Amino acid sequence: MGFEKFGRKSFTGITKTAKFVDFLEEGKVNGTVCKKCGAKYFPPRADCAACFSNEMDWFEMPKKGKLETYTIAYYAPFGFEADCPYTMGVAEFEGGLKLFARLSKDLKPEDINVGMDVSVKPVKYEDGQMSFEIVRA
Amino acid sequence: MAKDVAVIGVGQSYFVRGYEGSIRELAFEAFREAMQDAGITTKDIDASVFCSAPEYDKQRSPAGVLAEYLGLIPQPTFYIETVCSSSSTGVKVAYGMIKSGLHDVVVVLGFQKMSEITSAESQERMGRGADIQWESPFGTMMPAYYALYAQAYMAKNGLTHEDLMNVRIKSATYGQINERAVYRKAVTQADFDPNNPNARMAAPVAWPLRVGDACANADGSSCIILANAEKAKAFSKKPVWIIGIGAASEAVNMAARPDFSKGLRAPYIAAQQAYTMAGIKPSDVKVAEVHDCFTIAEIMAYEALGFAPVGEGKQLIREKATYKEGRIPVNVDGGLLSKGHPIGATGGSQIRTIVLQLRGEAGPMQVPGEPDIGLVHNVGGVGLYGNVTIFGR
Ligand SMILES: [Zn+2]
Repeated sequence: MGFEKFGRKSFTGITKTAKFVDFLEEGKVNGTVCKKCGAKYFPPRADCAACFSNEMDWFEMPKKGKLETYTIAYYAPFGFEADCPYTMGVAEFEGGLKLFARLSKDLKPEDINVGMDVSVKPVKYEDGQMSFEIVRA
Repeated sequence: MAKDVAVIGVGQSYFVRGYEGSIRELAFEAFREAMQDAGITTKDIDASVFCSAPEYDKQRSPAGVLAEYLGLIPQPTFYIETVCSSSSTGVKVAYGMIKSGLHDVVVVLGFQKMSEITSAESQERMGRGADIQWESPFGTMMPAYYALYAQAYMAKNGLTHEDLMNVRIKSATYGQINERAVYRKAVTQADFDPNNPNARMAAPVAWPLRVGDACANADGSSCIILANAEKAKAFSKKPVWIIGIGAASEAVNMAARPDFSKGLRAPYIAAQQAYTMAGIKPSDVKVAEVHDCFTIAEIMAYEALGFAPVGEGKQLIREKATYKEGRIPVNVDGGLLSKGHPIGATGGSQIRTIVLQLRGEAGPMQVPGEPDIGLVHNVGGVGLYGNVTIFGR
């Protein structure tokens, strides 16, 4: 339980990584790191595909990243229409970890460029849903 | 060139909006044509494989239902899916079934009745088209994912909107002469002009992709009949041999993808495997079908298949090298953009086109010079599954 609070609209209620949402409430965007072999994962995983361990710790994603790519969605799937248009993208952080998220509404299309410096932070929607977004560095 | 498994029959329904019949009747259209093409009866078939994207099917476990309707009971049957590449995967599995000696003749039937569900149901399913745990909660759709690749690729490689438009214009050139295509109209520059109030293709869908950059949904079916060498020689005057097969997978989540500006990785890996197995190089391919679900996908495919160096795919469309008379004709049946993309039927339809080309039976779409080697590039999801199959005479 708990994961239904993730994102604009969640499709998954139960996952062993549901604590991710609690970290968002604390202001942290966290991935998981394997206690046995040190493999780092974002989005978080409960199991390590490198060594098969299921003992994972949480770590906070780095703050300095670059925008690798983005798109502006003018059409939305069912349940997201009211947000249109919205921007989504992929940011790459120190150490090669990447994340996919929406870009902050503060970033206007004309201000967005491939390769720009970005960071990531949690966001709380008016209905209480928790997510994270790519923001200007 | 190994001549172990051959295509002995191909069939395809018309690709249409809103097919006037049920899925079993749709499947029968491609099956009848392939069986008549092969000149065999259902007694000659040892097994059947059915392929679709299940999110559009109301019928649960369609293989048994369709096998009965096609007269393929009591032979074994089962169902396979890799979304948009389901029927290429079906052909790969059938190849293995024959090559192992388990069966002599196997039918691969791809089908999709996208209009089976309402547009509201379709819209709901589209929202679940990716990683539902970590990505769908942001409001993702298929065009947005390909747009991520387009944005990174265009920024790095100097590909322009005009280049993308020219891919669409090429596909429409051939959609007009393919009577089975869903989109038969010509496309011109005016259709993409944002200052033209009647432009049908200029509106942004997921920037940088516009309406005209996206393929046409359709209902349709395809059928490929495969046989071992002994049966192929007995049944067929013009067997077309499968000489190379490659397949690969990729992380569903965008966060785990390599450099977006280099295109999709899975089809590239699949191509390497298929070329190695066939013992040929990209320049040996005389005609190709690539998975142009979006215009950008065709440009990326040129590079994944080695038809153009990395970052230079744009040159092929600028030089019209992928037109029918060009150096490497690509999608001269209209492709997914104009012929249409009935998900589970698409791979089989691409294979049918290549088989007809190698037999010299492609009619107005026939590539000159009696092509002897053809290639099919079929991608499932946003590069989630990559499939490349090479055919020879
Ligand atoms: Zn580990």
